[in-house]
Amino acid sequence: MSIVADRVDAETAAAQAPADSDGERRAPALLRWAARWWVLVPLAILLAWALAPALFTGQDPITGVPADKFSAPSGAHLFGTDHLGRDVFTRVVYGTRQTLLTAGLACLVGSVVGTLLGLLAGIAGRFADTAAMRFVDIILAVPGFLIALILVTATQPGPLSLGLGVGIASIAAFARLVRTEVLRVRSRDFVQAALMSGGGYFTVLRRHILPHVIGPVLSLIAVDLGAAILAISGLGFLGFGSPPPTPEWGLLISEGRQYLSVAWWLTTLPGLVIVAAVMLTAALGRGVNKAFRF
Amino acid sequence: MGGYVAKRIGQALLVIWLAYTLVFLAVQALPNDPVTIFLNSDSAADPATIAQMKEYYGYDQPLVIQYFTQLLGLLRGDLGYSLSSGSDVTTRIGEVVGSTLVLAGSAFAAAVVLALALTAAATLARGAKLRSALLNLPPLMVSIPVFWLGLVLLQLLAVQLGVMSLFPDDSFMSLAVPIFVLAVHLSAPIAQVLIKSVQEVNAQPFIDVLRAKGASESWIFYRHTLKNAAPAALSIAGITIGTLLAGSVITETVFARAGLGQLILQSVTVQDIPLVQGLVLLTAVVFTAVNLVVDLVHPQLDPRIITARAGSPRALSA
Repeated sequence: MSIVADRVDAETAAAQAPADSDGERRAPALLRWAARWWVLVPLAILLAWALAPALFTGQDPITGVPADKFSAPSGAHLFGTDHLGRDVFTRVVYGTRQTLLTAGLACLVGSVVGTLLGLLAGIAGRFADTAAMRFVDIILAVPGFLIALILVTATQPGPLSLGLGVGIASIAAFARLVRTEVLRVRSRDFVQAALMSGGGYFTVLRRHILPHVIGPVLSLIAVDLGAAILAISGLGFLGFGSPPPTPEWGLLISEGRQYLSVAWWLTTLPGLVIVAAVMLTAALGRGVNKAFRF
Repeated sequence: MGGYVAKRIGQALLVIWLAYTLVFLAVQALPNDPVTIFLNSDSAADPATIAQMKEYYGYDQPLVIQYFTQLLGLLRGDLGYSLSSGSDVTTRIGEVVGSTLVLAGSAFAAAVVLALALTAAATLARGAKLRSALLNLPPLMVSIPVFWLGLVLLQLLAVQLGVMSLFPDDSFMSLAVPIFVLAVHLSAPIAQVLIKSVQEVNAQPFIDVLRAKGASESWIFYRHTLKNAAPAALSIAGITIGTLLAGSVITETVFARAGLGQLILQSVTVQDIPLVQGLVLLTAVVFTAVNLVVDLVHPQLDPRIITARAGSPRALSA
């Protein structure tokens, strides 16, 4: 769903790039570098939340202090506390791992399978192209959301089936992107020249075609990670992710929903973190896209 | 043109048939048959009951027979029986589809209007700062989870301001707010494609010629740019079906509305595989049909597609 949108977004940014670079050329190199890669800092913080949540908060994500229940956001509780007196900020920090792991799995499945499929379609001849693209058409015909739901129905709700389902749905975007890029690069003069001067099929593929495909794929991986976070938090909200005591971003908001009329912070603040995370990955995608343009 | 139409219809049927086959194979690849999975979802069921139900629903037949019986049923519009209620899958879908169609249809119309308005504003607004702020709006809208926007609006409108109720009644607000939430979510990708397409058209020489001849910016935008940019936005209409479906499920949950979304959730929760299978096929058919219509309308809007690209526009634009 929004994978496509984000890809368009990345492309839009690419189209605007020439206008931007005029302004950037005048700025010092360090500023230019910072303007492009500042997103890495907040993303690194998110990653640190996932790897070592205990460093960022001294409180316990599972057991709360009942006396403190439903206290509004304050210095002691940045995002307030929930119905059991658990610190919501702590639960968001601890939930990062679950969300990023599931989204990462989805991204891994989508990018690896999709890239292989796209390469196959682009280089292995017409039959392979038709077969791979029909397969992609089928994946596209069933919304990613439903693919994830089928897997959850058939197995059991949980991060593994969720990640796999969302990942399968994103195969199509990668396959189409890689195929288009391979076809585009393949017809360029330098590839013809490399083949004419005696380069072997696989050598030309590895040395001349693949390097041009990597940039767009990396960019799509970043954007796809954001889309996966969005999809997974949505499915988590519906209750198809990890079971309740585990903190997970979508589930956190779903739990807060019951107390909408008494505690606005339970839904609003964790949601802002999701919005920020998705926007950061999209910005990273745009940055990578610009950096790899030839 | 006739050949092109026939080819596209053939491709659409092929995709639907392949989707059916793939879903069938996926169900067969499960460790158990649908009846066993359904009955075992709470606790282990009595083997005699399982055997009886399997016989009743035809899951004891050989695979080939099951495959063709279900395919024949699909051709007649029969999607089999829902295990959780015993009634037809088509009946169960028919009961709730109206409510979802109202929500999704209005949201789609609102999204198109919103996307057009955003594009017009982002192109025509005075001041570069305002324009770039408007250009950044669609990426922001894409990043907002539907359920979160719904909950924040509920919190604001129902709890703080008290202008709508927390649960659906027949008031204007309880329909308008879900439509708005879904439309915001849906309009973002449309606006992104439209804005990109408008920028591409605006870079073409004929726009400079128009400007040199003294045409005003808004005249150029409405009479020339938009006309050339619209076909690109049309091509993602099919993709929005998936977004619309996922968005409806979540919006219906947030606003406690009955509809297709609630049915999908129920069928998944009780592991009613025939019902899920039916819903997936229905979506695949709708998706393919919308894409078919888009592909057939596209050449009417932009005649270059057929003459320049000889046949399948999709093969080259993909």
